[in-house]
Amino acid sequence: MSEVGISSIVGYIPKLRLLRKSVAESNAWLAPNLMGKGKGTRSMANWDEDSVTMSVEAARRLLGPEDDRSHVDNVFLASTTMPFADRLNSGIVRAALTLEESTQCTDISSTLKCGTTALINAISSVQSGKSDYSLVLSSDKRKSRVGSSQELDFGDASAAIGISNKDIIAKVLATSSVSVDFVDHFRAPNEEFDYNWEERWIRDEGYLKIIPKLINNLLKENDINPSEIKKFILPCIFPRVPQTISKICGIDPENVVDNLALNVGDSGSAHPLLMLTHVLENAEPNEKILVCSFGGGGDAILLETTKLISKFKNEESISVLLDNGIEETNYMKYLTFNDLVKWEKGMRGEIDRKTALTTLYRHNDAIIGLVGGKCSKTGTIQFPASRVSVSPNSPDIDTQEPYKLAEKRANILSWSADYLSFSVNPPNYYGIVSFEEGGRIMMDFTDVGEGEIESGKDVKMVFRIKAIDEARGFTRYFWKAVPI
Amino acid sequence: MASGIKDKVAILGMGCSKFGERWDTSPDDLMVEAYIEALDDAGIEPNQLDAAWFSHHIDDIGAGKGGTPMSIALRLPNISVTRVENYCASGSEAFRGAVYAVAAGAADIAIALGMEKLKDTGYGGLPATNYGTFGPQIGPSGSAPGNFAQLASAYRAKHGVSAEDMKRAIAHVSVKSHANGAKNPKAHLQKEVTEEQVLNAPMIAEPLGLFDCCGVSDGAAAAIVTTPEIAKSLGKDNLISVKALQLSVSNGLESHHNTWDGSYFHTVRIAAKKAYAEAGITKPREEVSMMEVHDCFSVTELVTMEDLFISEEGQAVKDVMDGFYDADGPVPCQIDGGLKCFGHPIGASGLRMLYEMYLQLQGRADKRQLKNPSIGLTHNLGGQPANNVCSVAIIGSL
Repeated sequence: MSEVGISSIVGYIPKLRLLRKSVAESNAWLAPNLMGKGKGTRSMANWDEDSVTMSVEAARRLLGPEDDRSHVDNVFLASTTMPFADRLNSGIVRAALTLEESTQCTDISSTLKCGTTALINAISSVQSGKSDYSLVLSSDKRKSRVGSSQELDFGDASAAIGISNKDIIAKVLATSSVSVDFVDHFRAPNEEFDYNWEERWIRDEGYLKIIPKLINNLLKENDINPSEIKKFILPCIFPRVPQTISKICGIDPENVVDNLALNVGDSGSAHPLLMLTHVLENAEPNEKILVCSFGGGGDAILLETTKLISKFKNEESISVLLDNGIEETNYMKYLTFNDLVKWEKGMRGEIDRKTALTTLYRHNDAIIGLVGGKCSKTGTIQFPASRVSVSPNSPDIDTQEPYKLAEKRANILSWSADYLSFSVNPPNYYGIVSFEEGGRIMMDFTDVGEGEIESGKDVKMVFRIKAIDEARGFTRYFWKAVPI
Repeated sequence: MASGIKDKVAILGMGCSKFGERWDTSPDDLMVEAYIEALDDAGIEPNQLDAAWFSHHIDDIGAGKGGTPMSIALRLPNISVTRVENYCASGSEAFRGAVYAVAAGAADIAIALGMEKLKDTGYGGLPATNYGTFGPQIGPSGSAPGNFAQLASAYRAKHGVSAEDMKRAIAHVSVKSHANGAKNPKAHLQKEVTEEQVLNAPMIAEPLGLFDCCGVSDGAAAAIVTTPEIAKSLGKDNLISVKALQLSVSNGLESHHNTWDGSYFHTVRIAAKKAYAEAGITKPREEVSMMEVHDCFSVTELVTMEDLFISEEGQAVKDVMDGFYDADGPVPCQIDGGLKCFGHPIGASGLRMLYEMYLQLQGRADKRQLKNPSIGLTHNLGGQPANNVCSVAIIGSL
């Protein structure tokens, strides 16, 4: 049997980084005990990002710009913050990535270890021969109460991993899981926030007992000496706990991987995979890496890098993403983006955003996949596709072939910054974006910095929340343009 | 080729309500106000009307759908009332319907009436509306100023105009219209403004500030039309006839095909060419006496000067700054204050433009009266630059 492992891996961290000091100082009157946590930054998703959009972004970076993504056999999407409790979230991702309809999509949720669980499922899928390439996505945008320690601890991020039986950069040596009904926190349906138990109990009875047992069993069953582990990954918001666990297990504490707490925060289910991305982006061949996670028990995955790791390079590596963050000092913006304050949306914000699901389905390729049309007679590219082609002086009928636009080069034809219309993040930037090979769309811009928009400037497409229908709890998605 | 509408129909009478924030006035009251003036001006009785066209854009905050609101408000004698809606060009559509009915011989006398009651929304600016079930799923949740403001970015990129020069030119457009509006007792906004005030006004949608945007108003306007022969038989002289009526509608080229550069109105150029041909005008810069154009935003007016072939392409900024379109310039534009200051009750605006041209041509424009105008052009645009309907109408002395 051929080796199974990771063929590629990438992380995504939203551009904004909330300065923890601004949070801690704002809440110092309420929670002076949290002043000590007011160090560094945490990643902060834009208002139009959620676990689905962040997954799509990570997956696009993983799969690259090629139209043909037919090698993806199945998708495992892990998140504890899926936008839909009943609508296949990974199905939205599939449509956004324009993967084949035959791609099996699975949502994995309900515990913070679901990211590694998705990874184990993907590994099993390829190992069993059921698939040749499985896509693992994990993403979380966790909501926390104002003035809570979670607000400072958490971060928003996603990661994508390709599991394959060829061209692997890290092979899977072993996986192991335990399921323990250890309720360190929980969140009931329709509840916005977690309910947390005492941290000391979680540390002593949870992490320090469940994880060492898991690791010891894994190493023992596979006859691995703990001293062989060169990188030990365990997301944990409690300081020094991974080091303590490493000592218990005989792993060199020096090999505990930095948990990105200082500049990202804990991104929940995505975090072990995000940390693994960072490790693999800097790894040498033949390094044994142990990835663990905690939540409802724990998962452990033992990997070993191959020779191909030396050629592995992500354009937007974790280091690059960390360097390119934009510091956000406005805590109110974070609260507004996450709907944690009742803010004045104005009468223009009252417009009914009911989505006609029939329309959404008829135009699913266009709306979710950004697929336009190309006239087979004139070559004219347009969005959306239509029965009658827009070609000047050649309104050909039924000549359109599907044409994918999401990865195509585009630039700004016209734009404005609108202070009148409703926006969660005013001004509302939008304009006409022209694709270099043809086609154009009047669309929203997002992640726009001061003075970043001008006619002629290049943009890239990103899949984002278009609007949220608060009356019915429906999230509407479409693509937006980001200046590059 | 069609023979066209030139001189086949005359305007028998017109009326226009006071435009503005008419807090104490209902949609019905506005219609009655314009109607009474038009009837008086025409010198006819209601039972002489054969057919009616009613333009009304936003029915959910105005009078509702259909032809009944007009028929009931005016107690018309059970004649046909056709409600038309074509964005902000609805008023011109009502006029077109009435004129064509008369020209076709289907009606001897027809009335077109447009009305909009915008100040029942609870906030400033135009109401946010949905546009079908597909559009909102992909289109920006934008606003009219945000859509029209984009003309400025594309025009600047194409013609190499600096942001400062553009801002100053569009400011001049507004300063001019305020000066004109100050002389119009029916105008919504009757105060002059300085260039400095315009430049320093709060930003609405870059680069458009508050004074770059037209008034959002309540109002109604009406036209009664007939054949020149019937007009004469009713004792009318000094007849004003229709010279051209053209409408061009976007087919998606601008919004879907990369050949359009975003700096001009594709439809305006088409409608203008057809209208000049229909009216027999070959040198518009010299032959058009005056214009009322769709200055929903200052930048719209600026680029429209080129699209109507009055300014040469790339020269509108210079012409505007030279005062070419000022009240004392060669082709006065927005002599009644325009949408900017007379106001923009959507369904009424096309008819309001014709009302001013009609008064000017008859020498009845009081303080605003221009010297011996013979040809008046109205340009009424609906939608937004990338996707619109454009009406160009020309009227003149018969």
